[in-house]
Amino acid sequence: MKILYFAWLREKAGTAAEEVEPPAGVRTVADLIAWLSARSPGHAAAFADLATVRCAVNQDFAGPETPIAPGDEVAFFPPVTGG
Amino acid sequence: MARIVVQEAPFDTAAEIARLTAGRTDIGGIGLFLGVVRDTAGGRPIVAMTLEHYPGMTERALGAIAAEAETRWPLLGCTVIHRVGRLMPGDPIVLVATASAHRQAALDACAFLIDWLKTKAPFWKREEFRDGSSAWVAARAEDDAAAARWLTPRRAAAE
Repeated sequence: MKILYFAWLREKAGTAAEEVEPPAGVRTVADLIAWLSARSPGHAAAFADLATVRCAVNQDFAGPETPIAPGDEVAFFPPVTGG
Repeated sequence: MARIVVQEAPFDTAAEIARLTAGRTDIGGIGLFLGVVRDTAGGRPIVAMTLEHYPGMTERALGAIAAEAETRWPLLGCTVIHRVGRLMPGDPIVLVATASAHRQAALDACAFLIDWLKTKAPFWKREEFRDGSSAWVAARAEDDAAAARWLTPRRAAAE
């Protein structure tokens, strides 16, 4: 599974992209966030305030209950500020 | 049908309008929004702004927003160009142009596109201040409200 981080989540996590293999019990975006948060203090900081974290699974906006599977591309980022 | 471009380079607004109208005479009006980098943020002067995006998803999201506009209004052409990378105050940053037979559809579709783009396309701005510090721009509640006013689909042509 490919994880991408953008903007300040990238800075806090300390990486723009990483390949991970979560255990079988990690089935949703919420599960994945909990599992990733334990990887490093930086990851924990990135996910400390989930009100400011948005997610996309395979480049579509996703919510905490969105299912994830091996091979997915999951991205985490702040609320968007383009235009 | 929409022309969607994400690029670092400047764009040529006149050339984009010419491209929308090239070879056709059924267009009665073009709605256009040109976003420009402002020199202040919250009353504080900025010296530059850097735009980050999610390559792939950005184009996909912009395409979906344009497709939604095309279902709501009788558009004869649609162009969305958004710049990324480091931009200076005064630099054009985004162009939305919508062509239709009549002005109301063109203007409404243009307003819809920029409102939805601001809340649904994965771009993030980082502002640089005169003292060398910089900060990510926080999402604004006003932008969410502007996008929400388009939640009920309607066709301007039928009004």
